[in-house]
Amino acid sequence: MTGQVQPAAAEAAGGDRRIGPVVMEMKNITLRFGGVTAIRDISFDIREGEIRAIIGPNGAGKSSMLNVISGFYRPQEGEVWFRGQRRPRLKPYQVARQGIARTFQNIALFEGMSVLDNIMTGRLTLMRSTILDQALWWGRAEREEVAHREKVEKIIDFLEIQHVRKTPVGRLPYGLKKRVELARALAAEPRILLLDEPMAGMNVEEKEDMCRFVLDVNDEFGTTIVLIEHDMGVVMDLSDRVVVMDYGRKIADGPPAEVRRDQAVIDAYLGVPHDG
Amino acid sequence: MLYREAGDFKTTYAADGQTFPIAFDRWRYYGVLAVAFGVVPFLINDYWANAVFVPFLIYAIAAIGLNILTGYCGQVSLGTGGFMAVGAYACYKLMTAFPEVSILVHIVLAGGITAGVGLLFGIPSLRIKGFYLAVATLAAQFFLVWLFNKVPWFYNYSASGQISAPERTFLGVAVTGAATPAWAKYLVCLVFVVALAWVARNLTRGALGRQWMAIRDMDIAAEIIGVNPLRAKLAAFAISSFYVGIAGALLFAVYLGAVEVGEAFGINKAFLVLFMIIIGGLGSIFGSFAGAAFLVLLPVLLKNVLVGGLGWSTSLAAHIELMIVGALIVLFLIVEPHGLAQLWRLAKEKLRLWPFPH
Amino acid sequence: MSDQLLFAMEVTLNGLMAGVMYALVALGFVLIFKASGIFNFAQGVMALFAALTLVGFQTGQVPFAHLINAVFGTRIHHFGWSVPTLAAIVATMAVMVLMALLVERLVLKHFVNQAPIILFMATIGLAYFLEGLGDVMWGADIKRLDVGLPQGISETIDGTTFGWFGYGFFIDRLDIVAALVAAALVVSLTLFSQYTRQGRALRAVADDHQAALSVGISLRAIWVLVWSIAGFVALVAGMMWGTKLGVQFSLSLIALKALPVLMLGGFTSIPGAIVGGLIVGVGEKLFEFAVGPMIGGATENWFAYMLALVFLLFRPQGLFGERIIERV
Repeated sequence: MTGQVQPAAAEAAGGDRRIGPVVMEMKNITLRFGGVTAIRDISFDIREGEIRAIIGPNGAGKSSMLNVISGFYRPQEGEVWFRGQRRPRLKPYQVARQGIARTFQNIALFEGMSVLDNIMTGRLTLMRSTILDQALWWGRAEREEVAHREKVEKIIDFLEIQHVRKTPVGRLPYGLKKRVELARALAAEPRILLLDEPMAGMNVEEKEDMCRFVLDVNDEFGTTIVLIEHDMGVVMDLSDRVVVMDYGRKIADGPPAEVRRDQAVIDAYLGVPHDG
Repeated sequence: MLYREAGDFKTTYAADGQTFPIAFDRWRYYGVLAVAFGVVPFLINDYWANAVFVPFLIYAIAAIGLNILTGYCGQVSLGTGGFMAVGAYACYKLMTAFPEVSILVHIVLAGGITAGVGLLFGIPSLRIKGFYLAVATLAAQFFLVWLFNKVPWFYNYSASGQISAPERTFLGVAVTGAATPAWAKYLVCLVFVVALAWVARNLTRGALGRQWMAIRDMDIAAEIIGVNPLRAKLAAFAISSFYVGIAGALLFAVYLGAVEVGEAFGINKAFLVLFMIIIGGLGSIFGSFAGAAFLVLLPVLLKNVLVGGLGWSTSLAAHIELMIVGALIVLFLIVEPHGLAQLWRLAKEKLRLWPFPH
Repeated sequence: MSDQLLFAMEVTLNGLMAGVMYALVALGFVLIFKASGIFNFAQGVMALFAALTLVGFQTGQVPFAHLINAVFGTRIHHFGWSVPTLAAIVATMAVMVLMALLVERLVLKHFVNQAPIILFMATIGLAYFLEGLGDVMWGADIKRLDVGLPQGISETIDGTTFGWFGYGFFIDRLDIVAALVAAALVVSLTLFSQYTRQGRALRAVADDHQAALSVGISLRAIWVLVWSIAGFVALVAGMMWGTKLGVQFSLSLIALKALPVLMLGGFTSIPGAIVGGLIVGVGEKLFEFAVGPMIGGATENWFAYMLALVFLLFRPQGLFGERIIERV
């Protein structure tokens, strides 16, 4: 997990030393499925090193937004700018190779593989040995395997899942699965980490653990994090800036303290701005 | 007591990632190899070679090949018979066109040609999934068999429409043709099996294997974390077909000597190999061997018991075999979808603790 | 009109008729797929099994005669009576219902919530089992099936077309009957699923298993029902094909031909099965007529699969299938 800290970040950010210049910008994104418009003309930006939350009621289009960022959905209109360049139409795996990793709302681990193998898949974008190397397993393939294994073991330590290292993922309880999924995403050493409801369905203790991991990742590796979450307490505590969506539209954008006072946001949440 | 891992500490990640992490397994593996190379060739006779060993080894290669595609990469193929036919006919054309080149080279090249054909028929897998794809592979099965049946160039315009392998030698010993000794057939197949199984093991434990398994378990998530599905699936099709092609070439050149395409490489062959990996274990190299052994031995056993022992007619025995195989497939899918390989693993887990299970 | 054109028309007509026969088998697939999401590879073998059983009952064969003879050294084959066709059909239907029950009890029950591809492979196993069972029960020799369906050239059509074009079309009367039967089958299945309680339950299950369960529909009863209906469709198809080709192993291969029909038509659509069947029937006959002679003939072996393969590349959900939207 080296090479993540951006030296330029410190100067550009005024108050917060962590936060750097804009790394990704969504410009007028519109996404339709047949007749249904999931996202309507949304623009916002993501800064280097920040924790950016996307919130909104169910069906607001948050997950669709994440799918647009990770290249799984192609918006009919609008542009995605990444590191100062307009992103061409990319396949999801190409987006992943640009350093954008994610977790999923409904856990999408590879159930037939062990925890270790699952996390190793996160490093696939960084592996270089050819099919021939791998077939013979001499030299490069084995060296590479060991080098990546060392990196993965660090992440396993970091997320405290050593004890299940070789367990098939299908046998793990829900909370651990979420953690393994985070580990897989981290293994890719992403510039931007997309988390789709990382704390959904967790108890308070597991949520606290997860919050700690998210903050640590952001702190230690300087990873930019985009986060969808329903727990308002979590969002307000963790995030630097919040985008609020409702029915596919953006209704507010700003620091948590500002957003929670916004009348449109209060209306969207039926007058219950916190602990939703 | 013998079978244990206590005290067998791994100090490097390389040692932890090896094929047989437990010392006893490793020694048993070397033992099996020693017997296979050092003892069996001296004892083998024509009956054992033709009824058991040679078909077992050849089907093990085909099963490993299909297991790479189906068990590891999750793409069910019903075209195995057709791809085996490609291997056989490619081998035949090469053998007759370049008699001076070693037969072993021809067999490998036949695998390569089959890989190319497999690649071609793998292209639809990018858009078609699950049993839609399985049905689409039937196109390969039926088209290829038809092709080798109807285009005389493939069987060198022979009057019977059959192809038959001329005698070719390796180091002065015949390995194809009628004069081939049983031990030579066996050894040729054994060398291919050992080499190919080793390569398959390496491929499936490394980066490519993880890409395949990721696609098998959840293809969309695999793509989003950075697996190029085009590359991974086509690699699976090509490598799988390489194995299946070599199995087809060996089946024709070394084992049968002469084949008629519809009979030797029909749809039933595709099912047979599929059944081997279901019974043996999807996603397991060992399972490929176990499944091949099981389905090669079952008919031999039934024939010996029902026909030889009880004096029933061979056709009745064959029909009962159909019923047993069908029932076993359903049973394995219900009880143990990971097949004999998983039963073996469970047995080993028990053995690991034996005789003190607590 | 030129001879070539007339000939092509005749080929097309025959293709349509063959297509109806394919559609008959495909119907059984669609029914089971809609109700349970299972791609029942054994449908073709079920048709073979039904035809074998029908002939067996009709001619008074002793079931498992070969096995009994082998075990006890006896030499029994026939009871020495023959059963009227209608009674034999009813008895065969009873066997098919029994089979549906057993399949549900012994197989399907254990596969709830399994991946479709696992179920698909299980039905391949089932197909093998049934094929072996049919052979052990009734013997593997080719049998003639006569349930009183008309066969041979239709003189009326031959005469009429000769009057029109000076060229008589050769249409088998059995094919015409098959077309009528298929139409009747589709109509009655539609009526059944629209207007009966079981039919509605069946559609509910097809739509959403969980939701159907939650309103008190017994999934297992529905499965038995749907497999019984599929057994009935298999019986009809077996009667048609058995009359046409004789009852023999190759009947089960017709199921394989139904697969591309389904890929074209979409697995969930009854009209799709019909249209797909017609396209395959006409397509392969015309292709064989136009291109076959140039490349060695017998292109029917693979044409349907290639057609379906190429078609699926452009429209993975088939002609009438529902559009696939992928989600994460």
